[in-house]
Amino acid sequence: MSLDVTQVRKEIPILSREVHGRRIVYLDSAASSLPPQRVIDAMSNYYETTHANVHRGVYATAEEATRLFEQARIGVGRFVGSTDPLHEVVFTKNTTEAINLVAHGWARHHLNEGDAVVLTIMEHHANIVPWQMLAAERGIELRFLPLDEHLRLDCSKLEETLAGAKLLSVTAMSNVLGTIPPLADLARAAHAAGALIHVDAAQAIAHLELDMAALDLDLLSFSGHKALGPTGVGALVARAEVLESMSPFLGGGGMILDVSVDRFLPAEPPARFEPGTPPIAEAIGLNAALGYLTELGRAEIRAHELDLTTKAMTRLSDHFGDRLKIWGPPAGADRGGVLSLELEGVHAHDTAQMLDSVGVCVRPGHHCAKPLMKALGLVATARASFGVYNDLDDVEALIEGLEQAAKLFA
Amino acid sequence: MADLEELYREIILDHYRSPRNRGELPVPPAHRAEGFNPLCGDEIVITFEVADGVLKDIKIAGQGCSISQSSASLMSAAVKGQPLDEVRKKVNTFKTLMSVHEAHLEDTDGSEEPEAVDLRSLGELAALQGVVKFPVRIKCATLAWNTLTQGLEDAGA
Repeated sequence: MSLDVTQVRKEIPILSREVHGRRIVYLDSAASSLPPQRVIDAMSNYYETTHANVHRGVYATAEEATRLFEQARIGVGRFVGSTDPLHEVVFTKNTTEAINLVAHGWARHHLNEGDAVVLTIMEHHANIVPWQMLAAERGIELRFLPLDEHLRLDCSKLEETLAGAKLLSVTAMSNVLGTIPPLADLARAAHAAGALIHVDAAQAIAHLELDMAALDLDLLSFSGHKALGPTGVGALVARAEVLESMSPFLGGGGMILDVSVDRFLPAEPPARFEPGTPPIAEAIGLNAALGYLTELGRAEIRAHELDLTTKAMTRLSDHFGDRLKIWGPPAGADRGGVLSLELEGVHAHDTAQMLDSVGVCVRPGHHCAKPLMKALGLVATARASFGVYNDLDDVEALIEGLEQAAKLFA
Repeated sequence: MADLEELYREIILDHYRSPRNRGELPVPPAHRAEGFNPLCGDEIVITFEVADGVLKDIKIAGQGCSISQSSASLMSAAVKGQPLDEVRKKVNTFKTLMSVHEAHLEDTDGSEEPEAVDLRSLGELAALQGVVKFPVRIKCATLAWNTLTQGLEDAGA
């Protein structure tokens, strides 16, 4: 069954509003995705009928809150193919915090001077800076896999780059180029080299089916708000034995087994990594969002977005020809719906400003991927990115706005 | 659209298309200052020469959007050949014009009229006043000015 985009659009309240007297055309799902009403309702219901702290009280609403929160943990785990969600899912604030947890909880205790961490040149700063911080502190070597001439991941020197590495940490989809690396191959190569693989799924989570068990991934991070969920919640999902080998990162209540004046004993995972009151309402909202994506069908979502991306790229190229550069690999199975645009003679900031005036939301800038931008010789692009709720009318609005920008700066 | 026309005035587009005082002066004798907008990656390089309390020459290099580039171009035209106290006065007036928004952040619907700045004293620079209605772009407009301020300070001028 194919996706009913008209019905999806009806479920997203923001899509019914206007900006500058025009219907809103939201093409910035790579930055944050729009929540459907059921996500908002799930959180409101929690605050209206249940709210209590989790894992503490014995009264009815506290039990309910704990149950809803732990159900969310199961929902998150199942969504990414964890075989044991209650022991493998750690709630965090977002992807950034999850990756920092890997750096501080795992790498700091398993890596020694001279050990290597392998990244790719297309990583978001969230999957670069934590490693740079650790590298500076512990004398760890960072290696970067390059892109090939089609802006796909260049795996020709994968084996030698991974030689002696302890971790491969890679995005599941570039937030600038839409490039989708071959995760199963990367996992195989990492494991053959004796390294673990961590996947930054922030960009891919709402668009691709990511099955950790099938892909043989050790760790995976993502943010709720990129998956039609709320801000303020994300997750690190990792094989149980990897989590067990990790030390606490943040200390506080809820992450201990015992505390006396002279020492503490950490709790078992995942509690070990969840000090303080967690984002309860947000986790419940995220569970509703993931349930919605599952209901729509992950394969159907991907098929819709691949079709839209393919048609949009053709339409944009036909209309603008050489006046518009679309960065990234050609449309296909290894490319997501992220279109980094360069309009001839118009700076990305001005392009985005003009698009805003016709109700089209895109993101200008370096997209928190400055090493990639530098490698491509770019300062800024105007990025249009698709979500499950976008359609070809949105592409036409984008073309109209780009045409106006081209006219103003001609 | 009215706001947008106010943002992209003809003077701004003209300075963007044909930037004045483009290039770099040899350092030394010129001083050099670099500025970055970490949000969008825009960068600017200002080289300038000071002699006898006068900003003798100034050149602008780097890349950025129409607002940051035209603001830099307009600034270079406004301060070149001016006594340093006059340069500082212009910088302060321009920054006041741009900081109006921050003082009115609590004005939630943006309806309050900002305090008047003597626009006549700014000459062509007044064309940039439309920027204050686009808070994110204020950083674009002030990049060159903050960089020049930093450069003058570092040069002990």
